[in-house]
Amino acid sequence: MSMHAKVKSAVTALLPVLVFAGGAVLVLVMLLLLTGHSPGPALAALARGAAGSGYALSSTIVRSVPLALSGLAVALAFRAGLLNIGAEGQLLVGACAATAVGVALRATPGVIAIPVMLAAGAIAGAGWAWIAAALRKRYGVLEVISTIMLNFVAINITGWLVRGPLQEPTRINPQSASLPLSQQLPIVIPTTRIHVGAVVAVALALGLWWWLRATASGFRLRAVGANPLAAASAGKIDVSRTAMVAFLISGALAGLAGSVELTGVTYALYENFSPGYGYTAIAVALLARLNPLGVLATALLFGALEAGAGAMQRDAAVPSVVVSVVEAALILMLVAADRWQSRAGQRLATSS
Amino acid sequence: MTTSGAGAPSLLSLRGVTHRFGAVGALHDASLHVRPGTVHALLGENGAGKTTLMRVAFGLLTPDQGSILVRDKPTAIASPAAALALGIGMVHQHFTLVPAMTVAENVALGGRGVFRPQQAAERVGEVATRAGLTLDPLAIVNTLSVGAQQRCEIVKALARDVSLLILDEPTAVLAPAEAADLLQWLRTFASDGHAVVLITHKLRDALSIADDVTVLRRGRTVLAARAGDTTQDDLRRAMVGTEDNSVRLVGGDIGKRAESTTRTDTERAAAKRATEERTASERSDVERTDAERTSAVRADPERTDAERTAAERTDAERTDVKPSDAERDVLRTNDVYYTDARGAERVRGVTLGVRRAELVGIAAVEGGGQHELLRLLAGRLMPQRGTILAPARLGFVPEDRHRDALMLDAPVDENVALRGAGARHGRIPWATVRHDTEQIIAARDVRTDGPSAIVRTLSGGNQQKLVLGRELANTPDALIVENPSRGLDFQATAAVHSALREARDGGAAVLMYSSDLDEVLLLADRVLVMFNGTLTEVPRDRDAIGRAMLGAL
Amino acid sequence: MLSLELAAGGDATGEFLAATVRFATPLAFAAIGECVSERAGVINIGLEGAILAGALGGTVGAGIAGPAAGFAVGAAAGVLVACVFALFTVWLRADQIITGTATNLLALGMTGTLFRSLFGAAGVGLSTPTIAAVAIPGLSALPLVGQAFFAQPVVTYALYVLVPAVAWWMARTHSGLALRAVGESPEAAIAAGVRPRMVQACAVLFAGAMAGIAGATLVLAQAGTFVEGMSAGRGFIAIAIVVLGRWRPLGVAAAAVLFGAANALQTLVQSMGWTAVPYQLILAIPYVLTLLVLAGASGRVAAPAALGRREVEQ
Repeated sequence: MSMHAKVKSAVTALLPVLVFAGGAVLVLVMLLLLTGHSPGPALAALARGAAGSGYALSSTIVRSVPLALSGLAVALAFRAGLLNIGAEGQLLVGACAATAVGVALRATPGVIAIPVMLAAGAIAGAGWAWIAAALRKRYGVLEVISTIMLNFVAINITGWLVRGPLQEPTRINPQSASLPLSQQLPIVIPTTRIHVGAVVAVALALGLWWWLRATASGFRLRAVGANPLAAASAGKIDVSRTAMVAFLISGALAGLAGSVELTGVTYALYENFSPGYGYTAIAVALLARLNPLGVLATALLFGALEAGAGAMQRDAAVPSVVVSVVEAALILMLVAADRWQSRAGQRLATSS
Repeated sequence: MTTSGAGAPSLLSLRGVTHRFGAVGALHDASLHVRPGTVHALLGENGAGKTTLMRVAFGLLTPDQGSILVRDKPTAIASPAAALALGIGMVHQHFTLVPAMTVAENVALGGRGVFRPQQAAERVGEVATRAGLTLDPLAIVNTLSVGAQQRCEIVKALARDVSLLILDEPTAVLAPAEAADLLQWLRTFASDGHAVVLITHKLRDALSIADDVTVLRRGRTVLAARAGDTTQDDLRRAMVGTEDNSVRLVGGDIGKRAESTTRTDTERAAAKRATEERTASERSDVERTDAERTSAVRADPERTDAERTAAERTDAERTDVKPSDAERDVLRTNDVYYTDARGAERVRGVTLGVRRAELVGIAAVEGGGQHELLRLLAGRLMPQRGTILAPARLGFVPEDRHRDALMLDAPVDENVALRGAGARHGRIPWATVRHDTEQIIAARDVRTDGPSAIVRTLSGGNQQKLVLGRELANTPDALIVENPSRGLDFQATAAVHSALREARDGGAAVLMYSSDLDEVLLLADRVLVMFNGTLTEVPRDRDAIGRAMLGAL
Repeated sequence: MLSLELAAGGDATGEFLAATVRFATPLAFAAIGECVSERAGVINIGLEGAILAGALGGTVGAGIAGPAAGFAVGAAAGVLVACVFALFTVWLRADQIITGTATNLLALGMTGTLFRSLFGAAGVGLSTPTIAAVAIPGLSALPLVGQAFFAQPVVTYALYVLVPAVAWWMARTHSGLALRAVGESPEAAIAAGVRPRMVQACAVLFAGAMAGIAGATLVLAQAGTFVEGMSAGRGFIAIAIVVLGRWRPLGVAAAAVLFGAANALQTLVQSMGWTAVPYQLILAIPYVLTLLVLAGASGRVAAPAALGRREVEQ
């Protein structure tokens, strides 16, 4: 491809993102006006909180990590044609498992304990996803509904655990005991809170990206998502097995997100451990067009939004929940743009 | 271009209809004039625009340009409701019935106010009896045979008191005897003062009952005349277009046409000898119909012989096939049974064999189990009983390429890579795949921008050529195809037929099912008929095959 | 001792049944709306958002002009959310699941934002006038069922009329027939002169109104206050109820009662004083029940054939 063509294709890829970003800002401004806040100071606070200082930037990155991991989980599942809306529950279950394992391994050196806790989180997430996957396979239960139901069950289980078996020793607060230093993820960039989980997220994104485009198993996943009937008939692909594997990997990634967030940021399990990461992850994945590398970018975007929202609430008294509106608006804009594009595409000339 | 009397009273007149779908023109200044009390045949190959034109008449489409006159009064038909109000009804090629509802409910659909099932059933009974059609108002549509479903569609239209009935390829899904009944009924219906527009690409069916004909080619009206004023040749030429050099006939170009004409004469001579010799001349479907056109609805027993000699293989083409190879079966089933997920037994005790370099054709009406049988042989389904022999290198071309063969929003090379993806390990060698794709594109003349083009942008014919190319890429030992030329125009159909013959001549065992009996007779060395899950070999006799398709043998 | 236990047991049962019907009411409203929507071929995953909107609308409306206004505003709020959903799924033909998820997020964010703006940062201590139970003379004296079914807030009685009416309409009117046809085969509907998009849009808006009333019921007949996210998955449970009820209005109502019972278990546990079972896990029962129902109902066969389909010609 010539330089000109490369530049052109980069611009056409970037353009939608800019349009959406602009649209998101517009929605935010309208909402602020609607609720009687002046947009100027609020937006300024948002920008400051997201990238106004070294601290803000590190905060953005730290917030992006769980979004990136759960975004990868959702993107992978969607790519396989599975509507896994259960990243939230899988993430929580992962955090619970990691907490429990951490308690059991309190005396073990961190270099062993941490990987085991992370693995436990991934396995638990995969297990949680397996429930929905099995219901889908054996009984044809729509995974949209089953994963959402499991989200609620996971929330309740977490609530029970932090008031019961995993509650901190003084039995006052509904949260787990704090993790000892040995079980906290090492920081990779000194003087920031950016922990090794960020590296894990980037590595996994690269790995998944490569896996999908270069390997036969990755291709099978994409084929099943594109057209399961053709995949079975023309490709003689075991659709059922491919879907199951995809679902499990997706759950594992979300579970990992939970255990990483536990060992890297919160250092304890508590109610409302997840401020809806699993649902935000859907927006992250869709906006990234289900591309693993794109997920890194959109996770950063949403991380910035959330970091900024915190500042917005602190400094401009804007409820941070407005971010949900922006996320939803982004999804809807994306959906609308998609439909416009495909309608236009349908009217394109066909070669004969 | 001759026109049917412009001064004659007209029930429906479409004038100067032009319509584009995006940048693709579907209709260019097309016209149609239907006189009351007539059967009007609207002819043309697949993709000529016949259905599009009549969708305009039925209000499913508003054309970019053009005028509609109903009973000589300019009208606009904005929706099917409006069309029905004007007395225009349509029986579609793909039935528009609600499968889970009863006949009565389907007929009542679209009404107003309170719905009384009892009354609705009675009305259906009335209309059906008055029209002389047998139909059970309380039957659930998905339990009905294809013929019965079609009757339901007709009653649906009649119940709205239509005076003009449009039928889109009604005989495509019927066995010959059922088709004959339908055509007879249409003739009677027209004589009662109504009008019928029969959309079809089959000259034979059309001319057996038509009073007027209109031929569309590439969206233009190229001929409009009284049936009696035209000849078969005129119509054939109009449909295919001899002045258009870019249209290649099957396997040959314009230059070879003279040769084929000669062969036709020879063929007629052969027909009079009434032998079982088979001609495999490279002729288009339409020209073949020429030999068979003499089989009118009111069949002449003498002429049946002409059809029997549909395919005659020349000696030159036979020399590649060694007699000893022909013994072994490449594809075989032995007393195979298959029951589907709903518990219906689809295949009952079928035994068949296909040899090297043989093309076996299956003729059947829909629902006979042929789809299941083909998929059992292709390894997509597992039988409950019996054995299946099939080679490892096998190509399968299903009838619904969008649903079962292609990823529409993926590029061409990914679709090529799809074949065999289930068994691959490790990395996919994309460079090799791209190279293979380019070879397929060249070999099968697939018109596309290249291996990275998105499959959705290819036309139906090119998509089919791509699928065939992909399945034939590693010279399989067997090829199984279903309705290979469905929806394709002559050019694409010719290319597909040519590919099938090539495969067979190259030594592959080819098993084909087509709902188009003419296609089966054109290509097949042997004909098997499937009915209700059972398979019988039948001699190449149109009547015999037709009877077997309905189970009456 | 025995008689005391019996008396306690009897009261608990009666309480439980009454609670069942109480909890079933919002579920039934939402489910009837979803039933109509799904019969037209649209899976309204965004119902959750409509319920939330209805809850907030009910709070606001009642605060301004009393409970009746609360229900009206709640219904309107539900219709508004449904409008967004319909815009994308019926007009633009976007994926129903993704759009529904986005709609829910939108409603969650909007209701949270508006609530905080209107009622202050925490909204603590907000309380809304709730409607009292109205006993129907005579019927409410029936043993066991009397109190449960006929001593409920008026909104429950509205259900007793609504459900049979919807059932009759679906089976015995041409518009009901058209709705069912659209959900089974849109092409057939078009050819018969029906307009699928119009039908689907109406169905979706109706579902939104029902969900809005369900949300208003949560506030005005139960909680007496608005809490962010208080719909707690009822929109999704409604989908399970429709499956269990086999897409028939009367079956759906019965299934709603079952789920109401699952919800009411928490009150039973509390009144019986069972402390052995963790409270949180009791709360999880309706969701688990949904899973069991969906698995066991093998409802796929009975679903409208064109449910969830996107490409419809007109």
